[in-house]
Amino acid sequence: MAHTLSVNGRSHTVDVDADTPLLWAIRDNIGLTGTKFGCGVAQCGACTVWIDGQPVRSCVTPVSAVEGKVTTIEALEGKEARAVQAAWDTIDVPQCGYCQSGQVMSAVALLKENPKPSDRDIDLAMNGNICRCATYARIRTAIHAAARSLEG
Amino acid sequence: MTAHDLTLSRRSLLAGAGGLIIALNLPKAARAQSGAAQAFRPGGTASFAPNAFIRVAADNSVTVLVKHIEFGQGPFTGLATLVAEEMDADWGQMRAEHAPADVKLYANLAFGVQGTGGSTAMANSFEQIRKAAATARIMLVQAAAEAWKVPAGEIVIEAGVLKHASGKQGRFGEFADAAAKLPAPTDVPLKPPAQFRLIGKEGVVKRLDSADKARGKAQFTIDISALGMLTVVVARPPRFGGKVASFDAADALKVKGVVDVKQIGSGVAVYAQGMWPAIKGREALKVVWDESEAETRGSAELVAEYRALARTPGTVAGSHGDAQAVLAKAERVIEAEYVFPYLAHAPMEPLDGYLEWNAQGALARFGSQFQTTEHQTIATILELPPEKVQLETMLAGGSFGRRAQVSQHLAAELAMCAKAIGPNRPVKLVWTREDDLAGGYYRPLFVHRMRGAVKDGKITAWTNAIVGQSFFLGTPFEAMTVKNGVDATMVEGANELPYEVADFRCEVHTAKVGVPTLWWRSVGHTHTAYAVECFMDELLQAAGQDPVAGRLALMGKEPRLAGVLKAVAELAKWTGPDAGNGRARGVAVAESFGSFVAQIAEVSLGEGGEPKVHKVWCAIDCGIAVNPDIIRAQMEGGIGFGLGHVLYGELTLDKGKPVQTNFDTYRSLRIHEMPEVEVAIIASSEKPTGVGEPGVPPIGPAVANALARLGQGRPRQLPMVGGMV
Repeated sequence: MAHTLSVNGRSHTVDVDADTPLLWAIRDNIGLTGTKFGCGVAQCGACTVWIDGQPVRSCVTPVSAVEGKVTTIEALEGKEARAVQAAWDTIDVPQCGYCQSGQVMSAVALLKENPKPSDRDIDLAMNGNICRCATYARIRTAIHAAARSLEG
Repeated sequence: MTAHDLTLSRRSLLAGAGGLIIALNLPKAARAQSGAAQAFRPGGTASFAPNAFIRVAADNSVTVLVKHIEFGQGPFTGLATLVAEEMDADWGQMRAEHAPADVKLYANLAFGVQGTGGSTAMANSFEQIRKAAATARIMLVQAAAEAWKVPAGEIVIEAGVLKHASGKQGRFGEFADAAAKLPAPTDVPLKPPAQFRLIGKEGVVKRLDSADKARGKAQFTIDISALGMLTVVVARPPRFGGKVASFDAADALKVKGVVDVKQIGSGVAVYAQGMWPAIKGREALKVVWDESEAETRGSAELVAEYRALARTPGTVAGSHGDAQAVLAKAERVIEAEYVFPYLAHAPMEPLDGYLEWNAQGALARFGSQFQTTEHQTIATILELPPEKVQLETMLAGGSFGRRAQVSQHLAAELAMCAKAIGPNRPVKLVWTREDDLAGGYYRPLFVHRMRGAVKDGKITAWTNAIVGQSFFLGTPFEAMTVKNGVDATMVEGANELPYEVADFRCEVHTAKVGVPTLWWRSVGHTHTAYAVECFMDELLQAAGQDPVAGRLALMGKEPRLAGVLKAVAELAKWTGPDAGNGRARGVAVAESFGSFVAQIAEVSLGEGGEPKVHKVWCAIDCGIAVNPDIIRAQMEGGIGFGLGHVLYGELTLDKGKPVQTNFDTYRSLRIHEMPEVEVAIIASSEKPTGVGEPGVPPIGPAVANALARLGQGRPRQLPMVGGMV
């Protein structure tokens, strides 16, 4: 059946079963592939998008349950996003890069809530995002660097 | 018109048109290209292609065609660094993309076929790519000299600008067309190391792929779409060696979006318009499996069998002196047995591949790590001449060995899926995480039985019996690695010690088990370094010696390994295993893939008695350190990857069936479990060696040796947390 989704400020009608995860509607029907598939069971965070600004795991969110505005990595904007992505560049965080869309979505959401996160805050906000390359030390450094750049 | 026709027509358009017109019509290329529009003509719009590796375009961009797959270890940036160095290019003009599959041009010099592995990228390409770049440079200079009517020797290049004392200057693009008409010189000189301004320097280059990866723009195989493309998932047997007896697709075909269901060699393929219908279709599929030839032993049974085998004579993999005689007479014999589970690689991007074909040809696009054999496999299955099959290597979301397929099973399954549905139906095959973890090709289960003797503060004898599977026996690679009945990848790191022990013996048993296995980041060293470094530490402790000084005293013939051990001890300000505050420090060293790594881990007991690793100090000697920051990143990543698995990683088989099928049970290291890592890189003028794997082996034993000083003993069975028995 048809479901109407607001993704990145645009309305999309997708003709899929009600139980279709938002992830696959975004990737296969709307054609935005920055959001990744990693596990399908909300364990790895590669599929992290925002609904009304809150990070959610799109792989377990059925399209029938989506009521708010969806933001994906492609439409990330604002000063926190710029600060995080600049820090990711400067510190060369990514290795294979496949999980990094989800890492960035989680990190920007954290800084919007908490402009000066402690290490413990970072642990709590980021521990749902697995990186098999283990770029964690640089992710932490980059979040702190982004927070500092927002102060100045 | 099918997608395939579109592809071919676009390619012929690109081949026939002038560079400038194409440049206006194509979107600006990403710096780290993984296919897309430019894939069909490597190097894109370049007008100057002096050799197989370098392309210079009118827009001054220099594109390096990289024959090693980029899945995080940095060959794109590393090889571009070498080219920029020799050409004196500006970093901003550098690009990298994968070379096409072509064994004549792009064979790995270590293998003889095109492929990536064994941490060989930099070792292989260090001279080859610099020569290619130096050739390009000479030709550009010559073109400028002819245009300016000045001697070539008077032209210099600074940050991508050719300059002459007369004031004339120009960028590479201006001379690309003229340079393309010049004969390529042979035997070009390389820049002396004293003049390096990029190689080995801090902060001068940034990874070419970081920006796209931080913005969701990097293109992976799973992101491919094409007109009429079908997404395919395959139902595979629940036990290894099982086969399809029969299947009923009626319910699967009722799922909205499912297009077809076909039996293929590896199982039953469900074709659908998108991933979710494919998954639901597979759930609705009814398959009866024939398990008459399936492996039905579980991990517990295999461990019991291996332990018994370790007590019988094996094939000798290394020996000097008479260790058994010394042990028989010794007053004090120390024994230890280490058990290593099956491990999955679990790269973040599961296995996947794209293929379009018809009678005229085929185009495969995926994260191919062994291009030559995979190319041949696809051509054979599609019954097409190899020259009509194109293989484009995509950026891949990790591998850790999983894509380095000895059996080519992914390429074969992809080709079978495409063949079964027929020509002009592009397919994208995707494995789910469950398919990945339950799909085999694991790091083999291993048992090491160690015996050693200590007398008067000295280690006098050492024996090691190793039991496990070989993943090479019966494959085309067998001749390369199996000699005198010993598969070198099973015993590397254990059949010769870096320590002087007078009487030594290492034996191996190769078990026949129907579980497909494969190399896993650092291969044999994943278990041999743990067994050897834990046991050495235990013997040194029994002999009353310091872990660092005791090792150094036995490493007289290993100056580079001793060098990294001294360096890491200095970095950590080592004063002994006790770190105070309830923390202890453990040390381990390992040479792998020609690189030397030593690590010290500082550990305490955290929540629920789980080991908490606070900090790891690491020293590496990998010869000339081309990109210091990438080397650091690989040490950090190798430590995190290794640590996650020694702490939590285990793929258990229960009566032959994989127990862990997703990240809820196959526990991966997470950010709060990642230690701080500090890396020292040894200055060296030796040829560069690998960094992708060598960070992994020492971390497990370093943590275990710290735990021993916390009164926990060195864990005899991995993983350290949880575990099968």
